Amino acid sequence: MATVKFDGASRIYPGNDTPSVDKLDIDIADGEFLVLVGPSGCGKSTSLRMLAGLEEVNGGKIWIGDRDVTDLSPKDRDVAMVFQNYALYPHMTVADNMGFALKIAGVDKGEIRKRVEEAANILDLTQYLERKPKALSGGQRQRVAMGRAIVRSPQVFLMDEPLSNLDAKLRVQTRTQIASLQRRLGVTTVYVTHDQVEAMTMGDRIALLKDGILQQCATPREMYDNPANLFVAGFIGSPAMNLVTVPVTADGAKFGNHTVSLPRERAGDGGSSLIVGVRPEDVEVTTNNDGLELTVDVVEELGADAYVYGTPTDPNIKLEGGDDNLVKPFIARVDGRQVPEKGGKIYVYPKSQHMHVFDPSSGARLG
Amino acid sequence: MALELTAARPDPALLDLPWRLPLEEWPDDILAALPRGISRHVVRFVRLSGRVLAIKEIKDDIARREYEMLRNLGRLHMPAVEPFAVVSGRVGMDGRPLDACLVTRHLQFSLPYRALYSQSLRKGTATRLIDALAVLLVRLHLAGFWWGDVSLSNTLFRRDAGAFAAYLVDAETGELRNRLSDGQREHDLEIARVNIAGELMDLEAGGLLQEERDPVEVSERIMTRYRDLWTELTSEQLIDDSERWRVDDRIRRLNEKGFDVDELEITTDIDGTTIRIQPKVVDSGHHSRRLLRLTGLDVRENQARRLLNDLEVFSAATGRQGEDEEIIAHDWLASVYEPVTRGVPRHLVAKLEPAEVFHEVLEHRWYLAERARHDIPIQEAVTDYVATVLPGKPDERAVLGVDTEELPVVADGGA
Repeated sequence: MATVKFDGASRIYPGNDTPSVDKLDIDIADGEFLVLVGPSGCGKSTSLRMLAGLEEVNGGKIWIGDRDVTDLSPKDRDVAMVFQNYALYPHMTVADNMGFALKIAGVDKGEIRKRVEEAANILDLTQYLERKPKALSGGQRQRVAMGRAIVRSPQVFLMDEPLSNLDAKLRVQTRTQIASLQRRLGVTTVYVTHDQVEAMTMGDRIALLKDGILQQCATPREMYDNPANLFVAGFIGSPAMNLVTVPVTADGAKFGNHTVSLPRERAGDGGSSLIVGVRPEDVEVTTNNDGLELTVDVVEELGADAYVYGTPTDPNIKLEGGDDNLVKPFIARVDGRQVPEKGGKIYVYPKSQHMHVFDPSSGARLG
Repeated sequence: MALELTAARPDPALLDLPWRLPLEEWPDDILAALPRGISRHVVRFVRLSGRVLAIKEIKDDIARREYEMLRNLGRLHMPAVEPFAVVSGRVGMDGRPLDACLVTRHLQFSLPYRALYSQSLRKGTATRLIDALAVLLVRLHLAGFWWGDVSLSNTLFRRDAGAFAAYLVDAETGELRNRLSDGQREHDLEIARVNIAGELMDLEAGGLLQEERDPVEVSERIMTRYRDLWTELTSEQLIDDSERWRVDDRIRRLNEKGFDVDELEITTDIDGTTIRIQPKVVDSGHHSRRLLRLTGLDVRENQARRLLNDLEVFSAATGRQGEDEEIIAHDWLASVYEPVTRGVPRHLVAKLEPAEVFHEVLEHRWYLAERARHDIPIQEAVTDYVATVLPGKPDERAVLGVDTEELPVVADGGA
């Protein structure tokens, strides 16, 4: 087991002007589950591969424990890429399917058996060790594949979108299994995904990247409650946070005729507008002309709750994240027993203790 | 959702296949063979408009990505299966969406490694397969392709004058780069090594491996063969200015291994006493390109080498070494090659490809001559070969896998 440190690590592909990963700094604790997340092309896979030794590091350093591994070959780093290839061999027993790579590595028989049994115990596969994979269910086969990585007992597990070719149901099952397994094993793990739900549910901490630059590295709760900038605010959470540019007066931010007061540190540099973020569950909804006026487009009933999708009646009020072709709706969660009617008018403003404020030019969080 | 067909040259007959059924449930009468492959996915073979197609059920984005990747490999003239179509937007009978399908053409006369092991085997088959895979991997790496899942299962083999030529079948995990780093190449090699060992151990566990050799030891060969070839093809060499013939020597050695050098970097040091040479661009198929130019025959590298040797012998035996090569080649084709390959009766043509038959007839003639202790005319060798050897061989035109099984990883109720 070991800590991992990205120390100003950069990767520039030949022929590119801008780095694909730009001075990445992350400290990963021993036993931590860190998720690298971000949209396609953000540099998350490249970062993982730099750690694995599969991409050159053009600047900075990478440490595993107290070893500088920046220039070490992949096999000298004691890391294991999980699920790259998990073909199961039909004539071999489950035990052999799990342990055969150790035989190649020259580990002696007794030690192989010991490690396979330990892994089987953790994976609930002990009673199947002498069976052939054909006799197993799909989920059990998936666990055998995990067992193959576990028996290698590396210092760090690396996983690059391991669930991407599984069907939706198995993806959810396996997601839970990997997370609980990692906690039981306590092996430092770096996991790459493009899916923020996967990141939120699995990671001890999340590192969100965009254009090769780390946006924020924090616990899921911290990312959700205190996003460092507009990008993080829009990326984390589903449905996404409402981000709306509103006028600012000396009294505060104006949501229609409703004013939300702003402490000085959140008032920005005194400009005439700010971007305010409010999650759907933090929206006050009224029908008595108090707040930003919305026309209700869609009501999504979920039983206890409902999501209301509305468009600001004032065409000058636009939500961040939309474009010319797609007007982004304002989303509010309401009590499932008191839903507004489609086509009706509602008025919304943020609960002041759950309001996020961002600088309109830099996108940085204020206060 | 409408069924969507992506293909360079779409065949309308493709639309007649039962896309509303999960691939696993397709009726036997349209299938060309039974389930196969150690595969995470369901794969089926169908006959359509006179050809055999392989169909793999995978997620839409992965299917499209692999289709594009196989097209790119085709453009780079890499030996790989040819993509045919992606079928997406499938909906089941119950109205629920089904995964997309990637359709590729079946490679005629190709053999999955497991099918080879179900035949009675010549000694050393495993090592010959690994040698072919090493050449394939070096070629792919030279072209900047990072495979990510190198294995015997993801490769098809065609006979090549007693050896094998390897073709990439599965590009699901692959990426194309300008250039691969040493770490990336080593990663592929490590994956290849582990997979080959696993595949051979599996054959051993199934009682299919006749050879006594340890799979782990055999699997090591991929590392040594790959590294030797990579070094030969790419390494920098320092030679003394007085030994300029060594430049030609290097090129000749590469040619012998079947590679052509398109570009060679030559630099001299300041005082001009040593020369540094390094091949920049190399491409395989030296002999097969030469044979194609001389005769129009399109065959594999070792077959071409064998045929060219025979052409050489023909030229010497007929005392025409000074004549124009192309004219001799034309005569050789008409008087030697074609009579041999035409000697195979119609009902036996699915056994082996013509160039491989030619190679085998030459081998057979040698055995006959050794036994008789005198030369045997080629016609006599053909007649004997067709009567005694060829009928006992399996049909290999469309071998779609034997003794293989699918182990799809799918969700189940419990867990």
